[in-house]
Amino acid sequence: MTAEPYRGTVTIASDRCKGCELCVAACPPRVLSMSDDVNEAGYRYPLLAPGCIGCSLCHAVCPDFVFDVYRFPLPAENKEPQ
Amino acid sequence: MTITDGSPAGQRESARPELCSGSEVIARSAIMAGCRFFAGYPMSPFTELLESFSKLMTGPGLVCVNAESEIEGANMVIGAAATGARAATGSCGQGIALMQEAIAESALNETPIVVFNMARGQQDYFQATRGGGWGDYRTITLAPKDVFEAGEHTQLLFHLADKYRAPVLLYGDHFIAHTEVSIRLEAREFGPLPAKDWVLDGTAGGTGRSRQIWTWNSGKVLSPGPGPDEHWRRIGAKFDAIAAAEQRWESAHEGADTMIVSFGTAAVFVERVVAELRAEGHPVGWFRPITLWPFPAAALERAVAGASRVLVFEVNAGQMVEDVRLALPDRSRIASIGGVSFDDSGLRYGTLMDVPEIRARVMAALDREKIA
Amino acid sequence: MTTTQDPGLPGARQVARARPNLLQTTEHHFCPGCGEPIAMRLILEVIDELGLAQRTIAVVGHGCYGGFVRQIDVDVLQCLHGRAPSCATGIKRMRPDSVVFTLQGDGDMVNEGLQEVLHTAARGERMTCVLLNNGVFGDTGGHLTAATVLGQRTKTSLSGREAAEHGYPIPVADLVASLRGTAYVARAAVHNGPAIVTAKRVLRRAFEHQLNGDGFTLVEILTMCPTGWFVSPSSGGTYSETTLADAYPLGELTVAPKAASGGHGAAAR
Repeated sequence: MTAEPYRGTVTIASDRCKGCELCVAACPPRVLSMSDDVNEAGYRYPLLAPGCIGCSLCHAVCPDFVFDVYRFPLPAENKEPQ
Repeated sequence: MTITDGSPAGQRESARPELCSGSEVIARSAIMAGCRFFAGYPMSPFTELLESFSKLMTGPGLVCVNAESEIEGANMVIGAAATGARAATGSCGQGIALMQEAIAESALNETPIVVFNMARGQQDYFQATRGGGWGDYRTITLAPKDVFEAGEHTQLLFHLADKYRAPVLLYGDHFIAHTEVSIRLEAREFGPLPAKDWVLDGTAGGTGRSRQIWTWNSGKVLSPGPGPDEHWRRIGAKFDAIAAAEQRWESAHEGADTMIVSFGTAAVFVERVVAELRAEGHPVGWFRPITLWPFPAAALERAVAGASRVLVFEVNAGQMVEDVRLALPDRSRIASIGGVSFDDSGLRYGTLMDVPEIRARVMAALDREKIA
Repeated sequence: MTTTQDPGLPGARQVARARPNLLQTTEHHFCPGCGEPIAMRLILEVIDELGLAQRTIAVVGHGCYGGFVRQIDVDVLQCLHGRAPSCATGIKRMRPDSVVFTLQGDGDMVNEGLQEVLHTAARGERMTCVLLNNGVFGDTGGHLTAATVLGQRTKTSLSGREAAEHGYPIPVADLVASLRGTAYVARAAVHNGPAIVTAKRVLRRAFEHQLNGDGFTLVEILTMCPTGWFVSPSSGGTYSETTLADAYPLGELTVAPKAASGGHGAAAR
């Protein structure tokens, strides 16, 4: 059986983040980077660039329950992996 | 010493009088009261109580663990009690010393545990009544005078522990542990108890209503508790209420010119001495606190109101006498006539626990002028 | 304030939720980069996935993790420092159908509670003890424990733990594995994604052994403590990987055989 290719995205509860940056190191396609702004607690938080593959490693390594992770199927005419 | 086998007969009332040691009476009384978990570590003269539980706690749901240490045993008992089971541990004073943290924990996290001190003598009075744990707590302490009372108190203690969600202590000794008596064991009823709606059984997991037992009583985020300040204040108030409601004592010949105060096994000897002296015309009486805490101060004050001498007989360097002094405004009447007394083993009462010795000390006090 | 791409894309399905089912709230006070919330999340996920929430009773010791248990949605007995395996024994013996686990730091288990965990393992009590090992007493501010590794700096070993002065760390997982009451011991870590995946797997195996009634189970999880280690939060994973995991090798430990030698007839597990 061939698995359906997918892309991913995350929502980031940046107000919970404590700026540890573990997600940045963990992300395989390197689509997370820390903001210049700070949240109300004074921490920089991650921003998502295009290219997320929905692997959930950011969710796995985050101590602060920041990430919700989603996958969505590639459009029929664009099934090439990025 | 008689220990029945582990058959269910050992867990029930006596069909007819049986010859039983105090250790066995306590164990059987505990099981009749519904004790399902016992953990202990051998130490003389408590060891036979552990042996009795080990032999008798057979059958479904009954567990006796020969714990690897007193501290571990006491903490196992807290765990068992947290699930709602009636649970007990014990030792002699030296082992109870190791359990002080656990007893305080039980008082402050409100897990009911029963603790048996089969003491080597009367030197653990301070330990029992003041406690060596941390925080604002007290320990309900019953001091039986003989094997019969030890059995009754055992059943009562399980009731009190559940009634107040607090640790409770039986102050026994080697006499009670090792003396055999002809006894008919009967289950006693003590009245209704509040439902144990606080126990940990796991069933509320994942519902948002899961439970937390902790000395800080902060509860869970979705079901917060009062927090340490209010919780510890409430516990202090609880022990004040217990102090008012649970004092027990016994006395005879109140109003006599000389009253002798004693507890536990010593009181049996004092009773005998008083009987002898009264037969010779001496105006003496006795007072026996049954609860060492709460100490029956008001009852003592009434009992000795007419006395010019209050003699305190205890086999130690002077411990209960401090509670006697606290209870009586006129302390000039008080004299200690007890003292330290051990045999060569250091495990048992020495020559002072004897009718002629006690009588001699009482007579010496009577022969003196009123103590200035 | 969150930054998001629109998650409402056609056909999108959620594969990971920020808040586990058994966590009442995500707010917590742990330091940036702390490994303990990660480890505790994995435990909650395993309990949830195995359907055990309504049978589980946790016994929690004292450490930073203690502050977290107000928000885990299982019944909890918070007990005296080091005593969790003993309290858990009382609980499991009275409620044998419950699933019992302890949550203890290295200060709790390897210092105060070393005899408790060894005795409980030797007895083969059917529970799962979880050791959150960061080699430091974090809750008191970062002090030496019996698990602090050689060279590790703490406030009571400021120039690094030295054998001559401080002695050697105690590998409690190895001690437990040597006892015949032990059914399963594993060491895991949460210092990167692959380690976390493995940590969750060994936790699941430990709980499965408990469900099977096989005996005592222990999972040691190396957790980052950048504050206690005097490193930056983003370096905590590397420190755990290179320093702690060096002293405490990850993997499933071989446990002592259950069958008695010499043919006494005891059945092998």
